[in-house]
Amino acid sequence: MGGHVGPVGTAPAGRRWVRLVRKWMASAILLWVCCAVLLIIVLSAVFAPWVAPHDPLMPDILRSMEPPQPGYWLGTDQLGRDVLSRLIWGARPSLFLSFAGVGLGLLVGGAIGVAAGYMGGRVDLVVMRLVDALMAFPGLVLAIAVVSAIGTGVGGIIVAVGVYSVPVFARVARAAVLGIKDAEYVQAARAVGASDTRIVTRHVLPNIMAPVLVQFTMRISTAILVASGLGFLGLGVQPPAPEWGAMLSDARSLVWSAPWAMIYPGLAILVVTLAVNIIGDILRDMLDPRLRD
Amino acid sequence: MARYILQRLLLSLPVLLLVVTLSFIIFYVIPGDPALLMVSPDASYAEVEALRRALGLTDPLYVQYFRYLGEVVRLDFGSSLRTGLPVLEEIQVRYPNTFLLAGAGMLIAVVLGLAAGLISAARHNTWLDRLLTLVVLVGVSTPVFWLGFILMLIFSATLLWLPSGGTGTIAHLILPAATLGLHSTADIARVTRASMLEVLRQDYIRTARAKGVREFLVLNWHGLRNALIPIVTMIGIRFGTLLGGVVLVENVFAWPGIGRLMVDALRVRDYPVVHGAALLLAVTVVVLNLLVDLSYARLDPRVRFD
Repeated sequence: MGGHVGPVGTAPAGRRWVRLVRKWMASAILLWVCCAVLLIIVLSAVFAPWVAPHDPLMPDILRSMEPPQPGYWLGTDQLGRDVLSRLIWGARPSLFLSFAGVGLGLLVGGAIGVAAGYMGGRVDLVVMRLVDALMAFPGLVLAIAVVSAIGTGVGGIIVAVGVYSVPVFARVARAAVLGIKDAEYVQAARAVGASDTRIVTRHVLPNIMAPVLVQFTMRISTAILVASGLGFLGLGVQPPAPEWGAMLSDARSLVWSAPWAMIYPGLAILVVTLAVNIIGDILRDMLDPRLRD
Repeated sequence: MARYILQRLLLSLPVLLLVVTLSFIIFYVIPGDPALLMVSPDASYAEVEALRRALGLTDPLYVQYFRYLGEVVRLDFGSSLRTGLPVLEEIQVRYPNTFLLAGAGMLIAVVLGLAAGLISAARHNTWLDRLLTLVVLVGVSTPVFWLGFILMLIFSATLLWLPSGGTGTIAHLILPAATLGLHSTADIARVTRASMLEVLRQDYIRTARAKGVREFLVLNWHGLRNALIPIVTMIGIRFGTLLGGVVLVENVFAWPGIGRLMVDALRVRDYPVVHGAALLLAVTVVVLNLLVDLSYARLDPRVRFD
């Protein structure tokens, strides 16, 4: 380590450096594992027609509730449909709805937050109180209310999942804007006569991306849980289309007779959410040094 | 102290008004014509028109809004389209059940979360800390309804220890409350760990250790007391998520609470009930957050003088 070459005091510092590198390596490996898991799931969803071993919709009463076995690796449900194939197809709505919903929340919430933070004053006060009110609705209750107003079509579910993220993005974006609003480079841009539009798009937005992106990752996991929760309550993707939450709901009466039909959809949600959460955690640690231990 | 409480109470009034306004927008403005949502698909034009007039939907929007405010203040949410009973009555019967379940779930979450966070902080960077961090992360990623089924599979179907649904005895409460609590444990544990690590770095902790205070007391007396504010804040935030989770857990365990009422009502397009239940849950969150705010003053005397 070369600690003996320098002054005595550098030895612990050197060891700390090694520890940091080791920690970074460990988190990098974890990061790649999680990315790989997500990539595999996304790819198999995209190529579902070729990857899925069976038709996800075709009932086969003769094969009803068969335990996992070669050919039907995760067993079959009460209609004899292959659980693995339904899981692979079901990844499509689960992932799409979450990403689209959080994307919508990011656009709307981000715009609100940037506007409130940049303009300040009365706009800020009024807008942020509205955002607080939105936060008072428990996420799933808000989603249910929105679905009841708009309906359970794809658009309705996306809005229901997205609305829940609007206040979060508004707060994060506003806080980030407040942090850099008076930075020297913004003042410099203003001094040379840049318009507000130009300052916001060229100087503010690029500099608040880090916390917003971290939040995006974190919200994806919540969105997956909300979307599958709606599906579970029968308010999301409608049967017989496979969706993880709806599959769990279908399998609720099979807890005793065919638990595999219930276990694997939940496990799929857990694995995706966990991977996204770990990626979000690592990103946050990397981008926000204050939170490091 | 009294001034602080009064200030907080007054501050929560606009939030309540906004929550009510928001629910008006969601339930009366966004659908365009709520009457069409409420009638059966084969209703005649005259029936729709009659309902529209009965609900006052023919009035201008601002008239509807102020009438709506008046109704909410008088706790008049209309009548259930399915049973004909006042919505308030339907809710009143089930609200205590939801409150009991949420309370028991939160208690479990706080006890487990504090314990896990304290242990993690005290054994910082050991295998135990890492194991608990992983368990916590898995906990926050688990769909709460699936967790309910898994617990049901283990304790009802396999071990035959606990009933899988219904209500009446303490035994009926254990599985739903545990499901809800385990799911909320994670965030509380995280914040407890982070907040404790921050506090344990302070000089007064070193002083306490130096004068020979037992480690248990250092953690729980000198440490935890000073780490409480962020933890209590997180508990307040969790209440919102917890009440969302209640909806799912009630549906898993056939628990007769507001969440189940709301979902059942939505399936048969009984909108007044959905609306009343959603609004009441939101108001509950506002009130609980107000209580959390008030508890700051009790937990940390410095807050009162801000």
